Amino acid sequence: MRFITLAAAGLATLALASAGLAFAQEQRPAHEFGPEHLDEPEGGWSFEGPLGNFDQNALQRGYKVYREVCASCHSMKSMSFRNLGQKGGPFYDPEFPNPNDNPRVKALAADLTIPAIDEETGDEEQVPAKTSDTFPNPFKNPAAARASNGGIAPPDLSVITSAREGGASYIYSLLTGFRDPPAGLTVNGGQHYNVFYPGDTGSQWAGDPRLKPPGGFLAMPPPLKADGQVTFDDGTPSTVKQMSKDVATFLAWAADPKQETRKQMGVGVVIYLLIFAVVVYLSYRRIWAKVEH
Amino acid sequence: MSGPSTYEPKTGFTKWLDARLPIVRLGYDSMIDFPTPKNLNYWWTFGGILALCLVIQIVTGIVLAMHYVANTSMAFASVQHIMRDVDFGWLVRYIHANGAGMFFLAVYIHMFRGLYYGSYKAPREVLWILGVVIYLLMMATAFMGYVLPWGQMSFHGSSVITNLIGALPIVGPAVKTYLLGGAAVGDPTLNRFFSLHYLLPFVIAGVVILHIWALHVVGNGNPTGVSVQDIKKDTVPFHPYYTVKDGFAIILFLTMFAVFVFFFPEAMGKTDNSIEANPLQTPAHIVPEWYLLPFYAILKSVTFDIGPIPAKLLGVLAMFGSILILFALPWLDTSKVRSMRYRPLARQLFVLFVLACVGLGFCGANEPDAFVFKTGKDRLQVEYSDANGRAQTKFFDQFSEANAYKESLPTAAGASLQVAESGFKWKWLSQILAAYYFIYFLVLMPLLGVIEKPKPRPASIADSVHKRSGSGRSSSAPVAAPQHAE
Amino acid sequence: MAEHGSSSPTADGEHAGETRRDFIHIAAATVAAGGVAAVAWPFVQQLAPAADTRALSAAEVDVSKVPLGSEIRVLIGGVPFFVRHRTDAEIQEARNVNISTLRDPATDDSRLRPLPDGKLNPSILVTSAVCTHLGCVPLGPDNGKVGEFGGWYCPCHGSQYDTSGRIRKGPAPKNLAIPKYVYETPTMIKISL
Repeated sequence: MRFITLAAAGLATLALASAGLAFAQEQRPAHEFGPEHLDEPEGGWSFEGPLGNFDQNALQRGYKVYREVCASCHSMKSMSFRNLGQKGGPFYDPEFPNPNDNPRVKALAADLTIPAIDEETGDEEQVPAKTSDTFPNPFKNPAAARASNGGIAPPDLSVITSAREGGASYIYSLLTGFRDPPAGLTVNGGQHYNVFYPGDTGSQWAGDPRLKPPGGFLAMPPPLKADGQVTFDDGTPSTVKQMSKDVATFLAWAADPKQETRKQMGVGVVIYLLIFAVVVYLSYRRIWAKVEH
Repeated sequence: MSGPSTYEPKTGFTKWLDARLPIVRLGYDSMIDFPTPKNLNYWWTFGGILALCLVIQIVTGIVLAMHYVANTSMAFASVQHIMRDVDFGWLVRYIHANGAGMFFLAVYIHMFRGLYYGSYKAPREVLWILGVVIYLLMMATAFMGYVLPWGQMSFHGSSVITNLIGALPIVGPAVKTYLLGGAAVGDPTLNRFFSLHYLLPFVIAGVVILHIWALHVVGNGNPTGVSVQDIKKDTVPFHPYYTVKDGFAIILFLTMFAVFVFFFPEAMGKTDNSIEANPLQTPAHIVPEWYLLPFYAILKSVTFDIGPIPAKLLGVLAMFGSILILFALPWLDTSKVRSMRYRPLARQLFVLFVLACVGLGFCGANEPDAFVFKTGKDRLQVEYSDANGRAQTKFFDQFSEANAYKESLPTAAGASLQVAESGFKWKWLSQILAAYYFIYFLVLMPLLGVIEKPKPRPASIADSVHKRSGSGRSSSAPVAAPQHAE
Repeated sequence: MAEHGSSSPTADGEHAGETRRDFIHIAAATVAAGGVAAVAWPFVQQLAPAADTRALSAAEVDVSKVPLGSEIRVLIGGVPFFVRHRTDAEIQEARNVNISTLRDPATDDSRLRPLPDGKLNPSILVTSAVCTHLGCVPLGPDNGKVGEFGGWYCPCHGSQYDTSGRIRKGPAPKNLAIPKYVYETPTMIKISL
């Protein structure tokens, strides 16, 4: 009996101590930055929190960055041009509740061409995109995407902020995280060092392995190289940080375009349920009032 | 059902119907007039919550099946279609995806309640066994449902699980091939998993009916574990007393559910499952959904062979055994006392068991060779083979010394320099906790019935209630069960 | 909280208690009913056409590519339409009908839509390709069967339409419907569902 109690107490102590120590070590950052310590733009993200919203101007700028920079290599297969004009989207206009009628969306679609079949000859041709079309894929097929990018196809960006730990902060950190490698770190040809990339620098680090630099190597060269690379229509200075922030905002919206609707509905649903709970609790008290229990 | 039916049809039609199909009588006797112990606490509301969870999953699942395409080239895109284009599709999918987690949360609370209050003991053995069957069906359904979105975790998770089954002796490889319908997870697998994922919930519903039937034959247990002696004094009719109490608990549960669905819909998801399945690239960390993590930890905890049984098979057997052991529970527990309220030692060991299960969950989520905590400073080690070809290791604190030593060795030594970490590995924690899991059922439960001296129990339910509400609430209320204040 | 609800009932207190009990139970049931109705809405609305389906509810057709005396068939969101290039003889035939003898009276002009300059273009006729009887797609000039009135012939139950798409013979009750369409240019029309 005593043995069991002692063993049980020992086990409990062990479990608690493990949890405590694990927690304490978790809190201690190894580096100021790195995949575990992502960077955020100043002021954070407008769309975070239970009541956060997307800034429509930021979405428009972000779309421009995506279109002029990212889209040359990265597809967005789940996105259609009409999405740009839907409620909460970058080019939503209350005058055109149907995004397919929105002239800005139509113009954005018509700027680009998509492959089609000529109905008369059966030949492949390029035609201007319509609002119902998905964003054109920069590569004809996955093999072409791999062949043009050193064997690794650039990931699709439709749900990229859901597909990476850290979401928009990861995108922002990655875009601003290209650094010159520290002395002792060899960067192979076709590779680029990024302090936020969740990779491993160990094999290419000549120094003390306990002090290996954070981050990793990726095939993508720094896509946003200089301030002013994209000209923003609303006059916002296009610094690398601003462009990174806006494109990350756009990608966060694209991955979760129903976010605003969802949160608004959620506030209503939770308030309703709390009122419901109070009413049913009172009803419950009434019913049980005369029963000893 | 316990006791004769008290239903009396009033109108002409109900009399006519009652003589031909007494369905109203069935409903009345099992949901309106069913005598229920008056001292049930909130832990007993999870049965009703679970029934609602099943309905929610079936209704949202039927809706999703209207829009989903079970084809490897279109499955991922069809989920995006549901999330983006179908009106309220995002809502229905988030309810379904988070609903799975909610379902398991509720079922675990329901099971731990059954463990604590001895709800598996005579005469409720069949009731308990049917519950374990439901739980197994739930796990199968959840696993197959997780494959459908065709993300990276869907694909590689299903690869791992089907390979586990393939590790079983003799029948394993054949069963695996039959499950997959090919050499690897692919279109045939996705199609049959979709078919079964749609079928199994209705099988669950059938077993739930048996579960409720068994419950209504023997009646509810209660926190004292004392059987109902006088229906008038000990019980109240199910309606309105427990419909309103269960209703209140359900609303609180739904509030928590809604917070997840509307504000943290991806909290229980994995980022890797937002990447379309790629059979050529396994994600860095393959982990199941949180509700299967403890079993995954038990699987991973076995890293040693026993006699002729290799570690891999042993792990699989341990994992399946940890679930199947629940079937034997009514006969493993030798105590005459149902409720742990009156079993001081059992209660402490039960709390430890709950902690062990939660701890195993954390072990399942972590790499076996990662450290729970580290001891001492990281050192450096140089590994090389000496002139006789034997492996040697030398430790250093300074990098310059270690590097100089490595450089001094001949090329033939194949020296390498690594970080030498020391600490307590997750693997070891999972081995301790998994051992406790089995010891709890196989050793402690049979033993306790013999050595434990239970506290005095109340003579009846009415008596226990009277004492509590009459004489300023005695301190005999268990710590783990929040009592209804009054 | 614990005491006031369970105070021992006097005759008066009992009566007051009954009233409040009724009210709170009715309130609870009402809130529950409202919740059930609100939950039902998304589960019904999800059956509506999805956004991608709705986006495909219009199409542009170049009418200059329709051969004289023939037609092309267009599918918009799964719904078929005829775009027919009528010969002068067919136009005359459509215009010379005595409207009062028709089952569903309509002039030929009322079945045309104006060009961007406001004039009607009688050579191009755009109609729904769904027979108003039970929804079959009638045969037309390209199928080699146009019926007694030179328009369309429905193979299902023998409804016959003239060169203006009006019902002339057979079980169909109405003329072939004229869809919503506009001339965006003299040769390009946009048909919407």
